[in-house]
Amino acid sequence: MTFEPVLLARVGRERSQSIDTYVSDGGYEALRKVLGGGWAPEAVTEEVKKSGLRGRGGAGFPTGVKWGFVPKDTKGQPVYLLCNADESEPGTFKDRLLMEEDPHQMIEGQIISAYALKCRTSYVYIRGEFFHGARVIQRAVDEAYEKGFLGENILGSGFSHDITVHRGAGAYICGEETGLIESLEGKRGQPRIKPPFPAVFGVFGAPTIVNNVETLCCVTHVMKRGAEWFAKIGRNEKNTGPKLYCLSGHVNRPGVYEAPMGLQMKELLFGEDYGRGMKDGRKVKAVIPGGASAAMLTPEEIEDCPLDFDGLAAKKSMLGSAAIIVMNEDTCIVDAARNLAKFFSHESCGQCTPCREGTPWLHRVLDRIESGDGRAEDIDLLEKISNQMANGMTICVFADAAIAPVLSSIGKFRDEYRHHVERKACLVGPRAAVGATA
Amino acid sequence: MTSRRYSVASAGRPAEFPPAARDRIEKILARYPTKQAALLPILWVAQETWGWISKEAAEEVARILDLPPAHVSGVLTFYTMYNLEPVGRHLLQFCTSISCHLAGAERLLDHCRGRLGIDLGETTPDGKFTVVEVECIAGCDRAPSMMVNDAYHEPMDAAKLDSLLGSLP
Repeated sequence: MTFEPVLLARVGRERSQSIDTYVSDGGYEALRKVLGGGWAPEAVTEEVKKSGLRGRGGAGFPTGVKWGFVPKDTKGQPVYLLCNADESEPGTFKDRLLMEEDPHQMIEGQIISAYALKCRTSYVYIRGEFFHGARVIQRAVDEAYEKGFLGENILGSGFSHDITVHRGAGAYICGEETGLIESLEGKRGQPRIKPPFPAVFGVFGAPTIVNNVETLCCVTHVMKRGAEWFAKIGRNEKNTGPKLYCLSGHVNRPGVYEAPMGLQMKELLFGEDYGRGMKDGRKVKAVIPGGASAAMLTPEEIEDCPLDFDGLAAKKSMLGSAAIIVMNEDTCIVDAARNLAKFFSHESCGQCTPCREGTPWLHRVLDRIESGDGRAEDIDLLEKISNQMANGMTICVFADAAIAPVLSSIGKFRDEYRHHVERKACLVGPRAAVGATA
Repeated sequence: MTSRRYSVASAGRPAEFPPAARDRIEKILARYPTKQAALLPILWVAQETWGWISKEAAEEVARILDLPPAHVSGVLTFYTMYNLEPVGRHLLQFCTSISCHLAGAERLLDHCRGRLGIDLGETTPDGKFTVVEVECIAGCDRAPSMMVNDAYHEPMDAAKLDSLLGSLP
């Protein structure tokens, strides 16, 4: 492998979390360069645009373009930057690693981004379950204050910045950026109607940019090594930079892997440097490429499947949070869909009727099919419910996410659903031969 | 969305934060442009103080932040990590989302319930353990993953769980 890890370069290093080792490894050089090298804030935004960096949280929106949406004249209002560390998409665990192992990489990117946005105060919104991650980040923030990388007049540049670590309390929907904003304001994390977009009217009514942990880490390297260097990594000019892939499920070696954006799916699953193939030599049945919200892919579809925004969009799925969940041939697809439906049913914020009513309905129907009580018309019913929930029927895209596993599994594995309904049993897996399923 | 409600047993005397917690609350308030934004952090202080958040504690938080008690109650019931009734010394949180599910999370959970003789959401009579099911906790590569209070234990299996349960005070 010729690719040198960028984002994970320091993971596994002794005391990788401390500011001393970070600085001795070249940390905060990018910040020194930006604040001391005559970089105007707008020039930093331009550099990030040039790098082609697209948001790593799920949507893949170009980061520099997003920054550009903050009005030039904020009419005296402050600009806020929020680091989205609410990593909750099932199958995703890269941000946890980044924060627990190399917190300063993220903090440096956050300070640089704040400078580009002329932002005085930023927040790290970290999911409540990351007790350890929050402690690591808080300690790193304290160290950054001690060393003068945060606070008043950073490195004598005249730029001042403060970071507050804010813990969530258990709610998937707070990863949606307006849900996160509502939550930070001390409310239920129910997403807002857009427009207005956060860049114009965000937290506390002020212009706000929300960026994912990995995105901010990338900013550090864009400014350290230049947009051109960053843009050269990756499959093409629209899918640039290093990327973290979260591999889980029935593979020999699950984990977080870094590769140039656009790594081939089969390389990730079977490559010696990555997943090293299927556990117990089983065959692949289905792969979820971008977290619970992404449409499942079949073994045929993972042939020539670059793991990037456009490669997966071309397969009518998405890169999302780059959570690749692998299911082997013994996996009952109906059971997997039921499990995913349980998640969405539990996590719906309850604000919009199609989602609040639809997600538990999907779960109930899938549950009865899986349990052997399914009716012939249930498969059509699932599709009908799904189509009534999404495509603009709700305030946010949660409902679209909730139906993706249902519709894609029915579309690609309809035989298994039929078998369930007709024979009252799974087609494969431990409950296939028993007759009635448990 | 959760549907937990306060138990009747929580009715009691008004809650008052101890001095150390009051100092923390003052510091938290200084970090936000609005009082309301301090709500989640202060509810965390309440939970760390009492182990759970009683109706009286929620009312005290509402008073400190000049918020309607109904708003605080709405927030409390939206998030899953605030305990609305007392829990055991060790809150056993089993992830059953997709990657942990594929790794047999439910079998592990059943094993735990059988061993402790309690169902989901229940606490052992000695007040030691409470068992709950949680959604994805970002431990998917070390599935099945679980947390005991604020610490991850992963990957977990029945034998490791038995020895963990035996070792906890």
